[in-house]
Amino acid sequence: MEKTVALAGNPNSGKTTLFNELTGARQHVGNYPGVTVEKKEGVCLENGARLKVVDLPGTYSLTAYSLEEVVARDFLVREKPATVINIVDASNLERNLYLTVQFMELGVPLCIALNMMDVAENRGIDIDVEKLSHLMGMPVLPIVARNGRGKRELVAAASGLIRTPEKSPPLVISYGADIDLALAEMEGKITGAGFLAGAYPARWVALKYLEKDKQIRELGHASDAAFAAELEEVAERLAHHLETTLQTDPEAMIVDHRYGYIRSLMQQGVVSYRGDQSRLHVSDKIDKVVTNRFLGPLIMAGVVFGLYHFTFTYSEVPVGWVEDFFGWLGALAEAHLPDGLFKSMMISGVIDGVGGVLGFVPLILFMFFGIALLEDSGYLARVAFMLDRVFRVFGLHGSSVMPFIISGGIAGGCAVPGVMAARTLKSPKERLATLLTVPFMNCGAKLPVFALLVAAFFGDHRASVMFLITVISWIGALLAARLLRSTLIRGAATPFVMELPPYRLPTFRGLLIHTWERTWQYIKKAGTVILGISILLWAMMTFPGLPEERLAGFERQRQEILASAPASSVAELATEAEELSAETQALRDRLLEVDAAAAEAALRNSLAGRIGTSLEGVSRLAGFDWRTNIALLGGFAAKEVVVSTLGTAYSMSEVDPEETAALSARLAANPAWDPLVAWSLILFTIFYAPCFVTVVCIARESGSWKWGAFSMIFNTALAFALSVTVYQLGSLSGYWGG
Amino acid sequence: MAIINMRKMAVDQAGTIVDIKVGGELGRRIRDMGLVPGTRVKVQGRAPLNDPVALRLMGFTLTLRNNEADHIDVEVEG
Ligand SMILES: Nc1nc2c(ncn2[C@@H]2O[C@H](COP(=O)(O)OP(=O)(O)OP(=O)(O)O)[C@@H](O)[C@H]2O)c(=O)[nH]1
Repeated sequence: MEKTVALAGNPNSGKTTLFNELTGARQHVGNYPGVTVEKKEGVCLENGARLKVVDLPGTYSLTAYSLEEVVARDFLVREKPATVINIVDASNLERNLYLTVQFMELGVPLCIALNMMDVAENRGIDIDVEKLSHLMGMPVLPIVARNGRGKRELVAAASGLIRTPEKSPPLVISYGADIDLALAEMEGKITGAGFLAGAYPARWVALKYLEKDKQIRELGHASDAAFAAELEEVAERLAHHLETTLQTDPEAMIVDHRYGYIRSLMQQGVVSYRGDQSRLHVSDKIDKVVTNRFLGPLIMAGVVFGLYHFTFTYSEVPVGWVEDFFGWLGALAEAHLPDGLFKSMMISGVIDGVGGVLGFVPLILFMFFGIALLEDSGYLARVAFMLDRVFRVFGLHGSSVMPFIISGGIAGGCAVPGVMAARTLKSPKERLATLLTVPFMNCGAKLPVFALLVAAFFGDHRASVMFLITVISWIGALLAARLLRSTLIRGAATPFVMELPPYRLPTFRGLLIHTWERTWQYIKKAGTVILGISILLWAMMTFPGLPEERLAGFERQRQEILASAPASSVAELATEAEELSAETQALRDRLLEVDAAAAEAALRNSLAGRIGTSLEGVSRLAGFDWRTNIALLGGFAAKEVVVSTLGTAYSMSEVDPEETAALSARLAANPAWDPLVAWSLILFTIFYAPCFVTVVCIARESGSWKWGAFSMIFNTALAFALSVTVYQLGSLSGYWGG
Repeated sequence: MAIINMRKMAVDQAGTIVDIKVGGELGRRIRDMGLVPGTRVKVQGRAPLNDPVALRLMGFTLTLRNNEADHIDVEVEG
């Protein structure tokens, strides 16, 4: 049978790098059952034997406070990997060993991969590997994950460990007289009763009871409530005793003693230093500039702008290729499929829908590459550090800034990669609030809608109105986040106890793997659901078709036009020539007008049209008629559809979102429209339900469809409330002659 | 040698932690990262808006918000 080797260690210790080094391309990314924590698996070949390698989430400890830590220890306990490779950062030994000690207490078969040996050497840190191995009672293998040094020896040691039948017993640390006494009492009881036996060592369970570990206490309660109560009582007694005698609690004392244990190991000459240890590392020197009070924000603005520019400028070309490809596919279908519903579904439903999703792929690829660069180099942590004070006011986290910018915080952007960028946030509440508010930013697809309205009604103040729109969306998003964080996602801020990793030059291979993994997940996740929804939307805008007699009516109009035209023009039109005489051109335009009127009638008659019309009673409050309603409904597929659907609803043939001057002119001339309606629609467009690709992503990233649905309902309600308020107040005050 | 609250420490000032007066999740996270009595820390810098603070301990850099640093008492050097 294939043996499992788990990789475990602190964040930034080089786990992913070693994992890639061990498994090469033979890897697979998924999720741990029921949670959104990523699970990476791969295969490592050693002397013809296959080892399954699982990359556990990076953690500093094994408490029940964070999802990652629970996932990691559950895996160790339930899946019982044949051996665990604990990656330890040699340049940061003491803190890394804190996790190692906890693995030892859990009694898992362990060996240490002492990584970053090159960094340690550079900093003048000498580690006596043999002594460390002897003191810890396990193999310790020095490696440099980045270039593969020591990899072979590591794999050999891990395999050796798998073959050794006798496992070393769990480590026993002294936690001081009081705690030791309580532990001994509890351990005896637990062993006697066979409580939670098979899964956890008895002393470990006792420790977790003293630490008030929620998960273990719940497990215990479920398995034997009476016995669990007994243990809890011992724990309470000890806690009370420590509180009265030492003003401390067991949890704190346990941590102190663990670190004390590690210190005592260190003092036995494991580490010796060369040179001046108080001198600044390169990384610290960079930080002096990069997080400087004045330069820091400037550099940050530059970097953010650079990322933005990189993502949206350089992805234009490949995005164009993808669009061209789907355009070509559409033309192919247009030319070769027989006219009818099937053709219409293939073109408007399938090809446009899937094309829309895949059109994002190059964008996402570039964005993830940029983020991976910032993340792997260590800069992203600095951004969080510098901006935390601002974002915290709104219940968010310093790391929320990237998702906001990517979603269109400056102008143009996309909420899909924005939502996915929220992965870099480790605190669950702040992350959820970020996921739910980034869609308020002005993504590239909303811009044509604004451009249309601004051109029609605020032609003189284009730039300032556009700027105002950006400001409104930021204020709205931040206030909405504040609202969510004080209602639905209430709770204290997640502690900002965060490591600032040293700056490191990322490896190109690491970046590519990182980028591709995330992009592929997007394609897989978004692709499946989206096909269904885009067919559904197509059907809503198509069925039911116009009744026979109305179709016949439009046909009659066409015949009349043809009959009244001179025969030469009709003949010329039939040749489908590119260049037409003025007379024929006029004839063609009249025919196109009939087509457009037929399309408008069909749209109004369709299910979407009927919904739009029936909503008119309500939407009038915000100044929207049925045409706007359908357009907004279409905007759920993709925001730029708002423009083209408005075009159809106003009987204009084929409105290109990039070329909206004609539609602009028509809106400006229409008595139903005025600047107030335009503002109302602008506000609605900023805040209403995100497009469905984004909704799918929110659902996936938050791990629940509930939040996807919530974002549709909440955002639309908020948007409607704002639009109605503005429209009604505006009308009341008679401003703009409303 | 004075014992002061970590929030009051100046940039580049160093000292040894003497007490951490918070429990629960925050207390645990602070301690798990090595901020326990006896650890030597140095204030490496502060964010542009003065909060959070960056600390150097045991060879790595850790950030902490001021209201989290409030729970930590340090015996400062010199
Ligand atoms: N100099 C040096 N750098 C390394 C070594 N191993 C990894 N790195 C770098 O350290 C950084 C972090 O490595 P990762 O593999 O992403 O670390 P991780 O533990 O997976 O971190 P998380 O993904 O945050 O859990 C990357 O920039 C690596 O290139 C090493 O042995 N020497």
